[in-house]
Amino acid sequence: MTSVTATPIVKPSGISVPGARRLLLWTGIIAVLAWVLLPIYFVALGAFGGRLGVFRWPKSIWPSDLSAASMLQFLNIEGVFGALMNSFIAAGFTVLFSVLLGAPAGYALARYSFKGQTAFRLLVLLTRAFPLAILALPLTVSFIRLGLYDTAFGVSLIHTVLALPFAVLVTQSLFMGIPREYEEAAWVFGCTRFQAFLRVVMPLALPGLAATAIFAFVISWNEVFAASILTVRERTLTAYLLKVLSESPLHYRFAGGFILIIPSVLFIFAVRRYLFAVWGIASK
Amino acid sequence: MPTRANWIPYALIAPSVVFLGALFIVPLVQTIWLSFSSDDGTLLGNYARMAGDLNFSVAIRNTFMLTLVVVPLQVALAIGMALMISKVGKGRDLILWVFTIPLGISDLAAGLAWLAILQNSGYLNSALYGLGLIQGQTGWLSQETPVTLFIGIVLAEVWRATAIVLVIVIAGLQLIPKEFSEAAEIFGAKPWTRFCKITLPLLKPSLQSALILRTVLAFEVFAVVYALGGTNFPVLAGEAYNWQNINQNYGVAAAYAVLIMAISIAATVFYLRVLRVRPEQLP
Repeated sequence: MTSVTATPIVKPSGISVPGARRLLLWTGIIAVLAWVLLPIYFVALGAFGGRLGVFRWPKSIWPSDLSAASMLQFLNIEGVFGALMNSFIAAGFTVLFSVLLGAPAGYALARYSFKGQTAFRLLVLLTRAFPLAILALPLTVSFIRLGLYDTAFGVSLIHTVLALPFAVLVTQSLFMGIPREYEEAAWVFGCTRFQAFLRVVMPLALPGLAATAIFAFVISWNEVFAASILTVRERTLTAYLLKVLSESPLHYRFAGGFILIIPSVLFIFAVRRYLFAVWGIASK
Repeated sequence: MPTRANWIPYALIAPSVVFLGALFIVPLVQTIWLSFSSDDGTLLGNYARMAGDLNFSVAIRNTFMLTLVVVPLQVALAIGMALMISKVGKGRDLILWVFTIPLGISDLAAGLAWLAILQNSGYLNSALYGLGLIQGQTGWLSQETPVTLFIGIVLAEVWRATAIVLVIVIAGLQLIPKEFSEAAEIFGAKPWTRFCKITLPLLKPSLQSALILRTVLAFEVFAVVYALGGTNFPVLAGEAYNWQNINQNYGVAAAYAVLIMAISIAATVFYLRVLRVRPEQLP
């Protein structure tokens, strides 16, 4: 875990920083690296240490007696696997909806100027000033009526509200970065608008769309409040963990926390190149 | 664009407009309406019940205190981290990745990760015991230790949500032309002066959006508090959750929701005014 941070990097960097200041700089960076990584490391130890590991006293920071058994035990508790599946379903639908709804809107904002453009943009930006998950509260009643209550699909709808503004703004800048002339050239060669979009714009936009999709996934995967409000039996993993939090033993809580963290870490790794472009845009 | 294609953009935005209308505007109106329709038939009945609740003033105080401590800490830490990264040459990508990992971690998972450290037989107590600072297991997260519980929640929140501020700040730093700082250096400005007079003012738009985003989310704080302190530390969103799911009183829950929204909007307006960005000040 810390072996990465401990590797001394003494080679001069591109920017010249004098010796003492460089020492200070790297002390600071290693401190922050430890600050970020240690809690993840500790919750992993808790997740794989089992019941005995949790109560061992005093604890050593080195791993001992780790086994996958306690993790498997956790996954075999009634409801956990179903909750995990529900989380995947809700996140999957969220990805689908936010890309399918968001990308066309982003394309419209990027390529056309039309009446009501400002109003639409305002609507998208307005969502940011609101605590959106809280809006799940009144939805309980209408969701019961529509048969959407207590389904992963229903949860994904409110998660899409969280992810959609983001998808619109990011895809807008994505499409703005693809020259219009490419499309016009395709029209000249006899493509319809739709064909031109599919064959010329899509391939160029694909990596950015994938990044948008991954962000939508993470937003849904992590959301606790709305998911807890809108489900009773078909809980997502976050809702399940929140519900059983007070009565479940510590090592199960850590196992749950660890499972929640893993996909996020992998996904942030996958989109790390797009992170700044995406947030630079989305925060305007 | 040719005029005959006028309907196309509308067709493209229509699905999002319908969706946001149905699942953002409608519930927004519903929440407000629900909060003003109480069982006893009075307009403010739900609000009266909310304000009369034992936990209400505690939840208000806790939520505000958390926001006032956490958000400035996050902004300061994020600026510090961003400036450190800007000095690094080799290994920059790896460091940046690690720094941004918490971006993808949920508040619930963050609470659980810090629970592993702060629980009675956890790593903090083990370290303190090893150093001889405590005699045995000490509780930090109980009702009897509100100060350390508060600090624990602050730590978990700063740990989790600083990354998002960091990303916004780094994206903002990239927009500042290097020439400005170089020119100032030629004229003899010290690093601290350059930071205060050039970097910080030009970073204002980014800081504004980071502050709005974080403050709105901070008033929604809930799961991290619940994971660390259970019901020992009431916050506004937690009260809304309790009234809805445990007391089954949707009216009072809606009143809490309206209160949280009102505070969020007030905070947004405040930031937009105080940190107003004049176009002529931008590079």
